[in-house]
Amino acid sequence: MAKYIGKRLIYMVITLALIATFTFFLMKILPGSPVASADKLSPEQRAVVEARYGLNEPLPVQYFNYMFGLVQGDLGISINQFKGAEVTDVILSRMGPSAQIGFQGMVLGTVLGILLGMIAALRQNTWVDYTSTFVAIVGISIPSFVFASLLQYWFGLKWELFPVALWKDGFMSSVLPSIALAMFPLATAARFIRTEMIEVLGSDYITLAKAKGASGSEIAFKHAFRNALIPLVTVLGPMAVSILTGSLVVEQIFAIPGIGEQFVKSIMVNDFSIIMGTTIFFSVFLIVIILLVDILYGVIDPRIRLSGGKS
Amino acid sequence: MKNSKIFWLLSLVLVLSAFLAACGGGDDTDTGTEAPEETEGTEEAGDLDSEQVLNLMETAEIPTMDISLAEDAVAFNIFNNVNEGLFRLDQENLAEPAIAEGEPEVSEDGLTYTFTLRDSNWSDGTPVTANDFVYSWQRSIDPATGSPYGAYMMAGSIVNATEIAAGEMEPTELGVTAVDEKTLEVQLERPVPYFMSLMAFPTFYPQNEAFITEKGDAYASNSENLIFNGPFTLNDWDGTGLTWSMQKNPEYWDAETVQLETINVDVVKEPATAVNLYNSGEKDRAGLSGEFAMQYANDENLVTELEPTVFYFKLNQERNGEENALSNVNIRQAIAKGFNKQDLVDVVLANGSLPANYLVPTEFTFDENNTDFRDVNGDLVEFNAEEAAEHWATGLEELGVEEVTLEILGGDTETAKNMDAYLKEQLETNLEGLTINLKAVPFGVRLELDEAQDYDIQTAGWGPDYQDPMTFIDLFVTGSAQNKMSYSNEEYDALVESAKGELTSDPAARWEAMAQAEKILLEDDAAIAPIYQRGLMSLQQPYVNGIVTHPFGGDYSYKWAYISGKE
Repeated sequence: MAKYIGKRLIYMVITLALIATFTFFLMKILPGSPVASADKLSPEQRAVVEARYGLNEPLPVQYFNYMFGLVQGDLGISINQFKGAEVTDVILSRMGPSAQIGFQGMVLGTVLGILLGMIAALRQNTWVDYTSTFVAIVGISIPSFVFASLLQYWFGLKWELFPVALWKDGFMSSVLPSIALAMFPLATAARFIRTEMIEVLGSDYITLAKAKGASGSEIAFKHAFRNALIPLVTVLGPMAVSILTGSLVVEQIFAIPGIGEQFVKSIMVNDFSIIMGTTIFFSVFLIVIILLVDILYGVIDPRIRLSGGKS
Repeated sequence: MKNSKIFWLLSLVLVLSAFLAACGGGDDTDTGTEAPEETEGTEEAGDLDSEQVLNLMETAEIPTMDISLAEDAVAFNIFNNVNEGLFRLDQENLAEPAIAEGEPEVSEDGLTYTFTLRDSNWSDGTPVTANDFVYSWQRSIDPATGSPYGAYMMAGSIVNATEIAAGEMEPTELGVTAVDEKTLEVQLERPVPYFMSLMAFPTFYPQNEAFITEKGDAYASNSENLIFNGPFTLNDWDGTGLTWSMQKNPEYWDAETVQLETINVDVVKEPATAVNLYNSGEKDRAGLSGEFAMQYANDENLVTELEPTVFYFKLNQERNGEENALSNVNIRQAIAKGFNKQDLVDVVLANGSLPANYLVPTEFTFDENNTDFRDVNGDLVEFNAEEAAEHWATGLEELGVEEVTLEILGGDTETAKNMDAYLKEQLETNLEGLTINLKAVPFGVRLELDEAQDYDIQTAGWGPDYQDPMTFIDLFVTGSAQNKMSYSNEEYDALVESAKGELTSDPAARWEAMAQAEKILLEDDAAIAPIYQRGLMSLQQPYVNGIVTHPFGGDYSYKWAYISGKE
């Protein structure tokens, strides 16, 4: 197991280096310049500003400088979004709120989704099933900005149950954005669990379990549910990353100082160091989650062996 | 089973918190039906609320609070409220002495200004001195600083600014000197008739050398590392966040005028969220864009401001090196008079904009007697379908054709597209034989096509760089960067030249020359066809009073604002 994880860690570093390299060169072919209002600067001043951020060097030199800094954990400084601010500070200050609403949304959505899916599967082709399917379809198809706006208007403005927007009232501020983010994982989880459960419930070993006199709940949870979880874990991993690292739309609607919105803006204004920093941050997150998912497989399904078959 | 426990716990928390929120929601304000009367200034202290707190929103973060490096509207607006220069724009948008104690002494040739500073302090209690201005201006012009506005504002006006920005001279050679602690002398390269209002622009504010040196790299990285000399101080800004506040600055020299104790600002980028926050009573003012402007057009708390930005048709007389129908003056005049601007602003734009029959905006510049330039030069090209049709007929005859096809190049925003579609319909109806093709492109592409002079008619707009009609008047002199439309008139060029040169010592004659130039440009030559001056609509709670809007520099002053009637 340790050997397996060690090997995976080495692959992770290589993956990360490749991602950083690709992003670096892709970013450099973006149209526009990170030096804002370059038209107002004289050529001399422009040269000074570019030199400050090392933009005057040939591209390969810039690349090696960046990678060298990266190895030492230095993500550089923001060029125009927050002039002179450390990228690390920008990411750290922005990831908290994103992570909080993301985590809450993820947990809420997955848990509710699993319940919904299980109930639907156990009561297949009854009104419970149809309702659950309907909720799942609605959750998948209504864009999050519509859902977020509705929540804001009714629960915030009209019924005054939660703050309309802004990140000022601690947990209360996070409720509506979390619910808005929960819809997608909820719908996805419900769909997957229902399909898988129905399939598993129809398999031979369940019939055997029934024949041996296992109780209904024992069959549902001990035998069916655990097997139904496997495909869900596969999709939940990457989904967790995209939600935990922030949703531009939900953050913007609820005026939350999150990282998703930050990332999109950095691309719009060519703030190279922020684009790189955020991309690398997201990548690390994604790679770690994928590793965790792989390890989880083994826990959920003993048939999946991570290494050599002897562990 | 574990999962469902978490679920129940979560729902319990949710339900509980919902109840808690409902309990806390009973503090709705009861604003009476009568709006308090508009009072100029702040002398009416009798009806002031005891809580002087203003809650505002911004649409973007603060990129930097370094006066030399800032270049965006958010930072400029804050500078205008937490710092102060020699002059400040007052409630009528006239430049009034601020850190300067009265008007400066001006030498006879108009090239040397001597300012005497009033006794005023930085927020740490140390005095603001003439050296703070010298340091600040030198820092902004020093190419090593990389200030976007330094050279832009100083080059060509202040002695040696151009050379220093080009790295040919030392920053210390800039034409600004501290004669003593309280006396500042400025040397100009040429007379600048609008120099006082320029002194209200953030680039010309003082900066505290001792403070900046002490803070080093940390300077301006958050509100702890800033120093102020204006009506308010900036607080609670962490350098990257979406929230900050301004507190009344007790060290400000005119602190007794300032009524507001606190201004809370949050960045809200989503227009719908801004309106919801306003409606919930959490925020006192919300800008209305697009569909919201129409939705709230009849709201009793609607406030409309006029921006000094004018939009117009550029009429290109020579597309890709070939003369076209627009080289005929009658054709141009027909187009300039051939569309109904009132309907455009009322129905199509519906955002508080005004029809523009002029180039220099209204409520923007004022002469020595505080007369608006617009009142001097009046309306120059009004909509008149009959006259337009006559010009059109004459033009077609002169060209020897019966039909003309022209292209309108415009922006690709919803507003721009709607406007251009309306203008096409108007022009085709009023001018028989005219066919208009619309071409909507992104801003960058439009600039490229403009540069290549590859268009017939272009909708373009312009906002001021300084508070003087000249920032608009000289746009279309022969060969200028904005004149990518082969317009040339010697008389107009000469008037602009003289207003920039020999007439600078004679404000009345200079004003007259600029008025004359505008007449030639619009009335005689119809070189461009003005369309509208942009307005901005906001919702503002009736208890908010005295926010002043400026056409130049920072957008708003809260120095004179106060809360009355909220309680």
